[in-house]
Amino acid sequence: MFDSLSTRVQDVFKSLRGEVRLTPAQVEAALREIRLALLEADVNFQVVKAFIDRVRDRAMDQAVLRSLTPGQQVARIVRDELLALFGNAEGGLTTHAPTPRVVLLLGLQGSGKTTTAAKLGRWLARQQRHPLMVSTDVRRPAALEQLSVLGQKADIHVFEPASMDPVGRAGGALVEARSKGFDTVIVDTAGRLHIDDELMDELQAIKEAVQPSDLLYVADAMTGQDAIKSAGEFNRRIGITGVVLTKLDGDARGGAALSVVSVVGVPIAFVGSGERTEDLELFHPDRIVSRMLGMGDVLSLIEKAEQAIGRDDAEQLEAKLRKNEFTLEDFRNQLRTIRRMGPLESVLGMIPGLANLKQLAENKPDEAQMARLEAIICSMTPAERRDQGIVNGSRRRRIAAGSGTSVEEVNRLLKQFTEMRRVLQMIGQGGGTGLGRSMRLPKAAARAAAAPGRKRKKGGPWGLIKTR
Amino acid sequence: MGFFDRLRDGLSRTTQQIVDRFDDIVRRADDEAERAKPIDVDTVEALEELLISADVGVAATERIVAAVRDRARRGESLRELVKSEIRAIFDAVEPVASGNGHTPHVTLIVGVNGTGKTTTIGKLANLLKSSGKKPLVCAADTFRAAAVEQLEIWARRAEVDIVRAREGADPASVVFDAIQSGRARGRDPILVDTAGRLHTRANLMGELEKIRRVAARAAEGAPHEVLLVLDATVGQNGLSQAREFTGVAGVTGIVLTKLDGTAKGGIAVAIAHDLKLPIRYIGVGEGIDDLVPFSAQEYVDALFQDKW
Repeated sequence: MFDSLSTRVQDVFKSLRGEVRLTPAQVEAALREIRLALLEADVNFQVVKAFIDRVRDRAMDQAVLRSLTPGQQVARIVRDELLALFGNAEGGLTTHAPTPRVVLLLGLQGSGKTTTAAKLGRWLARQQRHPLMVSTDVRRPAALEQLSVLGQKADIHVFEPASMDPVGRAGGALVEARSKGFDTVIVDTAGRLHIDDELMDELQAIKEAVQPSDLLYVADAMTGQDAIKSAGEFNRRIGITGVVLTKLDGDARGGAALSVVSVVGVPIAFVGSGERTEDLELFHPDRIVSRMLGMGDVLSLIEKAEQAIGRDDAEQLEAKLRKNEFTLEDFRNQLRTIRRMGPLESVLGMIPGLANLKQLAENKPDEAQMARLEAIICSMTPAERRDQGIVNGSRRRRIAAGSGTSVEEVNRLLKQFTEMRRVLQMIGQGGGTGLGRSMRLPKAAARAAAAPGRKRKKGGPWGLIKTR
Repeated sequence: MGFFDRLRDGLSRTTQQIVDRFDDIVRRADDEAERAKPIDVDTVEALEELLISADVGVAATERIVAAVRDRARRGESLRELVKSEIRAIFDAVEPVASGNGHTPHVTLIVGVNGTGKTTTIGKLANLLKSSGKKPLVCAADTFRAAAVEQLEIWARRAEVDIVRAREGADPASVVFDAIQSGRARGRDPILVDTAGRLHTRANLMGELEKIRRVAARAAEGAPHEVLLVLDATVGQNGLSQAREFTGVAGVTGIVLTKLDGTAKGGIAVAIAHDLKLPIRYIGVGEGIDDLVPFSAQEYVDALFQDKW
């Protein structure tokens, strides 16, 4: 996300960094670049204007211009002001709510409400809550069915009354939740335009019937300048308590997010970052700002890694590395772990310093290639996986045939695995504590990927993944 | 109802604000006494803001603003200057590719999630049927829950045939079947609905490549047309989407949906300017008739219509 924005802002800072003294003209030139970057990121032009004015006021201060590190000072000002725009609110649901808590999802067509309902259900279930979902979208063809299929997949109960009255369906779900002991009701609504009076009235009626404590406005991260208008209108007519920003796994720069938060004044509660029902995260303004400025989002990465790996596995892996017992079997598990963490690009984007590597954008990791590597390892016998030394020419031919790859690919995997083992062993001897343990894998990845030019020769899982 | 009425109907609220603001800007600049003078800085800035807030994008806005600022005015009105500049941007796009008379004509509908691909197919099938064709729709979105059911309902409404597969089936094989079956049943054109995918996901974009390959095996030159569906509320990310989908799937034209909101769909100008892709259709409502062929001339007229 925000990649291009961070690249541009960083280019600006790179040019500032070398300066011993800044002149007002230099600051002005940098501000112009930042302004263009923000506009291209779809930040509302009024927000941009106010933002640039505030940064200018602070940056032109003589203390900044004369300081020994003016570039860093300006960077800090930009960071502070960005954080101020997002507000200090952490994401999530409102803290106080009656039981059962009612969460109402609303927004424009195609913003991702139904998908978000299922993801939110999963998120709540992970917090040991018992959510019940209901769809009130009787307009879009097959919308009811979509939620019920998603409910099955995510293992969340869906209330499916025969009534086709949206208000009745929502109210019925609340009664159902009370009688069956569900502690949260997620109400999905039909997508509607904020200028459609009839549908806005319907939304108001649903709201009055179920008295939600959380009204989440679901917004597409790729929305342009119109974002403020629609969010503002929903807020004025219905009232919203938070925003769910969806489709953040694309390359959207998310400027709309900034605008909605700063103009409409509601915090971002969650962000959606993938197609699986697990792909919903709490919103953390400081992490997003760090990522915008290319400082990486290590905290989110650690959380993802911990979720995917589990502490025991990490400790086992560490022990193996120490004793140099890392085998192809472990490598296969690693590959699977990485894939569990979500789309490769969103994982890579969280590693500090990687987001701004232009080479990385051109050499996108190929997920299909990971599947091929896994296939090669799966086509080996357990003995071969534990000791790759026994894999002779005839075995290689068999493995290639079994995995639908070529002998060359098998050769490459084996050669690079040997290399990788050597590198991992060095890291393993480096030791580590606490969170660092589960970070082992991304760290190795970071090292290999930080030098994309030498990727093929280097070890680490990334060295094995052919880039497009 | 013609394109212009439809657009104005759908766009009435859309355009109103931009028209009002544009009017404010040009009224002063087009005053008799002002016409001979160069355009002042405040006007240029106001115009710039207006275009940016319509999602026209930085590059296209700079071009329009530069043209307005630098041209010596010989009594020309600012309104006409802006309109002719935007029209020139649309005029420079690639002409619409014809199917070279291949039958059946295969059209692929692609785009990111939630832009309105399935709805567009339903409306497009209806539009083509009412012009005397016998379209067949193909439900190749085997990923999203209930996507096939959604298209089935649209096919019933438009009274056209549908070839469907079960959820989770290989989309390319469904496309192959649809082309075979379309040929056997004498159906033409064939409209293929694909799953929404973010343009940054390499593996999903690869799947699109495969659909193209398989379609080419089933019918010569297929797909003859690839339409990218864009949500009118999309911002500058629309450019990135168009670029990526063109690279992988060979997009030949754009469908701009949801123009009945307050978004101005200025991304159409940005795409014409930066990528030279033609806009083929626009969606202006939820009804089955709410898809109309795009006309750049009338779109520009509607955006900057004279209020008096």
